[in-house]
Amino acid sequence: MHNKTLSELSAGLHAGEFSSTELTTAYLDRIKAHNPALNAYITVAEDSALAQAAAADELLKAGNASPLTGVPIAQKDIFCTEGVKTTCGSKMLDNFISPYNATTVEQFNAEGVVCLGKTNMDEFAMGSSNETSFYGPVRNPWDTDKVPGGSSGGSAAVVAARIAPASTGTDTGGSIRQPAALCGITGLKPTYGRVSRYGMIAFASSLDQGGPMTQTAEDAAMMLNVMAGFDPRDSTSVDRPVPDYTANLNDSIEGLKIGLPEEYFGEGLDAEMGKAVETAIAEYEKLGASVQSISLPNTHLAVPTYYVVAPAECSSNLSRFDGVRFGYRCEDPVDLEDLYTRSRGEGFGEEVKRRIMIGTYALSEGYYDAYYLQAQRLRRLISDDFHRAFEKVDVIMGPTSPKAAFGIGELSDDPITMYLSDIYTIAANLAGLPGMSVPAGQVGGLPAGLQIIANHFEESRLLNVAHRYQQVTDWHSQIPAAFK
Amino acid sequence: MSLTRDDVDRIAKLARLAIRDEDVPAYAKDLSNILDLVAQMNEVNTDGVAPLAHPLDMSQRLRPDAVTEADRRETYQGVAPSVDDGLYLVPQVIE
Repeated sequence: MHNKTLSELSAGLHAGEFSSTELTTAYLDRIKAHNPALNAYITVAEDSALAQAAAADELLKAGNASPLTGVPIAQKDIFCTEGVKTTCGSKMLDNFISPYNATTVEQFNAEGVVCLGKTNMDEFAMGSSNETSFYGPVRNPWDTDKVPGGSSGGSAAVVAARIAPASTGTDTGGSIRQPAALCGITGLKPTYGRVSRYGMIAFASSLDQGGPMTQTAEDAAMMLNVMAGFDPRDSTSVDRPVPDYTANLNDSIEGLKIGLPEEYFGEGLDAEMGKAVETAIAEYEKLGASVQSISLPNTHLAVPTYYVVAPAECSSNLSRFDGVRFGYRCEDPVDLEDLYTRSRGEGFGEEVKRRIMIGTYALSEGYYDAYYLQAQRLRRLISDDFHRAFEKVDVIMGPTSPKAAFGIGELSDDPITMYLSDIYTIAANLAGLPGMSVPAGQVGGLPAGLQIIANHFEESRLLNVAHRYQQVTDWHSQIPAAFK
Repeated sequence: MSLTRDDVDRIAKLARLAIRDEDVPAYAKDLSNILDLVAQMNEVNTDGVAPLAHPLDMSQRLRPDAVTEADRRETYQGVAPSVDDGLYLVPQVIE
């Protein structure tokens, strides 16, 4: 069963070929067999998963099922789950059991979807390799000496190894798309505000967005149908109708105008990765799309801008971890100051502390204009680049990541080089645009990802464009040898 | 940009982070490198460019000032490190 997509599993459940309990048990068995080699789950929710599966079987029997009823998925450990530990990859929340569910979790519960467990991630979603997790690095199923990418590294690895048919992720600077690319799966970051952030532990609130991580674009459409929508509990949620994302998957893409930003194919891009992306784009031309070169002239400013905006917002968001109301508290504090500083100093890992300090510095008295305000002005210029591009083209394509998966430990002492691995993904977050990564070839036996970016709220177009490619290629259905 | 030991101590104090003395030089180096990366921002003249705070350029939605949440104090305090009689406990602040 594990080589089936979400949509195939849905069809099998509805046809009565197997029950949700059988399916969930099969995945729990696979998790037991394969997770030790990957460290992709922080928590496996065996008991609650089986209870949810039994309830889903009742719904299926009674004919009250919706498309994803009874299908098991994995949740990134950034989404609060009532009764199941939510750590965000941090010692700070090692003991935290959320008193409420994230909206995303509620939405899947309402459909009768089974939650297999919570996936490993970079601490507080800060990282591009999954090495900053308090629970240790996740290993890439294609080569366990390599990183899976991050921050949604566990969510990418569980789908690549088929120890979950699909998962959720979050993307602040590429954290869905980059691990999807490095693990050879499909990942979609929706438009900012499309998916509720309620109960999704905040990193950088003007950038964070949850989305699906799946085998196929069709599966991503089914997941997004559940996740998208207005949520009054999220003050930045967008109140606008949600289309059926599966409706236009098969539309022709003849005449589609694809823009290739010259800045995404220059210095820093691995030559083999560039070739893989060009081969994918040639496939699109065969499908009737036209290709033109475009320019996003402020691309080089995206990483510097991001490393002001994201740390500034994180330093504010993470001030809630004070050792008083929830989370880690240091032993024997001598006074309140000691309680705050030692609880935070001991509870947060190195990368999180670096980012809190950068953000604190950028927002401190006398520096605000030079850093945060300047970053917001540049954010406008970066966003304007895209607006101009979308007057000429329908979608933008390029590599998701400059290189295939790198070695565990290879960049962990070099934060700056690590930051630059998100060079092609960060701009879409700054501009609030939807972006996808789809499996598109291999480089040295490791997956390559094609990134597709569309205009605001054009998730249907992205999914259509990705789906048509997956109808004529089979990169998305390849499973690493050890997990077949 | 090169941050000194004192700079790191000051930032750590503002951020309420206890940093071990032996770790300060590494933070000074890493934070300085990040600020060097960020310094590329200064090469751009942004006079007359309006700051973009929200990626969709939307303003904050308002809601009616009405009570919508139930009182769940006990549940929420159930995850706190130390509470007594509905109060969060911290070391004594006033002698």
